[in-house]
Amino acid sequence: MTSSKDILTLPHDQLESIQLEGVKQTVAKCYENIPFYRDSFDAAGFDPRSVQTLDDLARAPFTTKQDLRDNYPYGMLAVPLKDVREIHMSSGTTGVATVGAYTDRDLEIWGDCFARGVFYANGGENDVMHVCYGYGLFTGGLGAHYGGVAAGCTTIPMSAGNTERQIRVLREMGSTILCCTPSYAMHIADTAIAMGLDPAKDFHLRAGIHGAEAFSDNFRADLEKKLDYKVLDVYGLTETMGPGVAVECWEQNGLHLAEDHFFAEIIDPETGKRLPDGEWGELVITTIDREASPVVRYRTRDITRIIPGQCACGRTHRRIDRLHGRTDDMLIIRGVNVFPSQIEDVMKTVPELASWYQVELTTVSHLDRVTLKVELEQGFDFDEIAAIERLQRSVEAKMKTALSVGLKVKIVEPKSIPRSEGKAKRVIDLRKGNE
Amino acid sequence: MIDQITVFLENAEGRLAALCRTLSDANVNMSALTIADTTDYGVVRIICDAPEKAKEALTEANFRAVVTKVSAIQVPNRPGGLSDLLGVLDDLDLNIEYGYCFSVNGDTAVDVLKIRGEAEVAEATAALEAAGFKLLTLADLS
Repeated sequence: MTSSKDILTLPHDQLESIQLEGVKQTVAKCYENIPFYRDSFDAAGFDPRSVQTLDDLARAPFTTKQDLRDNYPYGMLAVPLKDVREIHMSSGTTGVATVGAYTDRDLEIWGDCFARGVFYANGGENDVMHVCYGYGLFTGGLGAHYGGVAAGCTTIPMSAGNTERQIRVLREMGSTILCCTPSYAMHIADTAIAMGLDPAKDFHLRAGIHGAEAFSDNFRADLEKKLDYKVLDVYGLTETMGPGVAVECWEQNGLHLAEDHFFAEIIDPETGKRLPDGEWGELVITTIDREASPVVRYRTRDITRIIPGQCACGRTHRRIDRLHGRTDDMLIIRGVNVFPSQIEDVMKTVPELASWYQVELTTVSHLDRVTLKVELEQGFDFDEIAAIERLQRSVEAKMKTALSVGLKVKIVEPKSIPRSEGKAKRVIDLRKGNE
Repeated sequence: MIDQITVFLENAEGRLAALCRTLSDANVNMSALTIADTTDYGVVRIICDAPEKAKEALTEANFRAVVTKVSAIQVPNRPGGLSDLLGVLDDLDLNIEYGYCFSVNGDTAVDVLKIRGEAEVAEATAALEAAGFKLLTLADLS
């Protein structure tokens, strides 16, 4: 297992040698096996054999989410399909998802990366890990699961939902580590309190490994108080693996990148130029040893920075700061990626609705609440309230199917949604921490 | 049957006042106005002397308005007036979506009913007329 103390405390120059060798192999393998990379390297005049230092990688072209979508479903595979053991997908616009493929070894490394979160929490085989990220195509559930198994935890695959049962299992099984989105952890805590329990006493949690959505320091402090445990932030994305690309250690001062598997750069999202450590910009990731879905300079759209200096915990892997938001318009609602264009696509199938809409995000008892404001098309007969309610329910059901997230449809008067000349203000984010 | 104007209104301050101002500016006279309200919005139903003109004026002012056919029945303005009317309809197995009443002069009142289905409306009309009720048209109200 590479999670041994040795790799996590390896002197950084030795880590860089591992990274350089890995990056060289990744660019060579991508050029050889993936037509997209052959074309994009050639077009940029980038010779994969010319990489002699990690700085040389800055001459390679970027990979974007759109590139991955354009090559759906198998265009970005670097190995034959028979060697692919598992597929995950992240939601995309117009039904086109981005695909993450994993060989046996990729899955082992994934488990190993997430397991670092358990080690950072000073945990292992004496822990019971309660995983209530959703299991399925979403990388949260199985990523945490593989991490729990790799770390030797007794792992409980709860998946999301049925909060009262989550609470019963948390109490009765004596879970010590909780893995889910931070908002769901808060919902569990508040529901337990409403049931007359004191989760700080009635649960046995030691640590929470929470990610897939941004959360503030205040939110973290509130969670830690209610559940009497320590919260570690975990980062990842399907396009480069899933949760575990970076995890916070017990110091809670930035997330250690798994630098033996990923090479990270911070760039200016406008110019594409690499930025020095300490400066905020867009995180760009190149995989070092990914077999099935390698990526070269993938633009994550996540805004963070490399925290300069070494962590007090003694581990040498550099840290990224907690995320500052995203560069594009993707919404993360209860941990699920939602694009405004997905909402538009559903609306197009409902002739009773005009094409103007606005999404309003609020926080209600620590959970994201989504309200979709829409206008009625001329000619829709709304004389009976039942007809309006039928329309609302039908749109809500369609949205739930398409987005995997429930939202409330609110019908508003014509022209009450502001029309703008340029880019329409489609999203009003009033969630706590996003003001 | 008479034409009723139905208007979709958000539950927001000043919207009902704006609606009435629009009708006033169009010189439309209302005989009755009711509001069916929900948490987020209301549906306003209006009987007035010029339904088409009212709809045009409201649409022009960015309201969403439709014209709906409803049954308007004249009943004596005394206790039991509506009860007698509904007694006639009771046996017909009809679905009444909504109803409201108003009074235009001292002696008679008007009961407005939205009955679902064209065949059902005809059936109800026949039964009411047979029982001696007068079904009103727009001309009767002005």
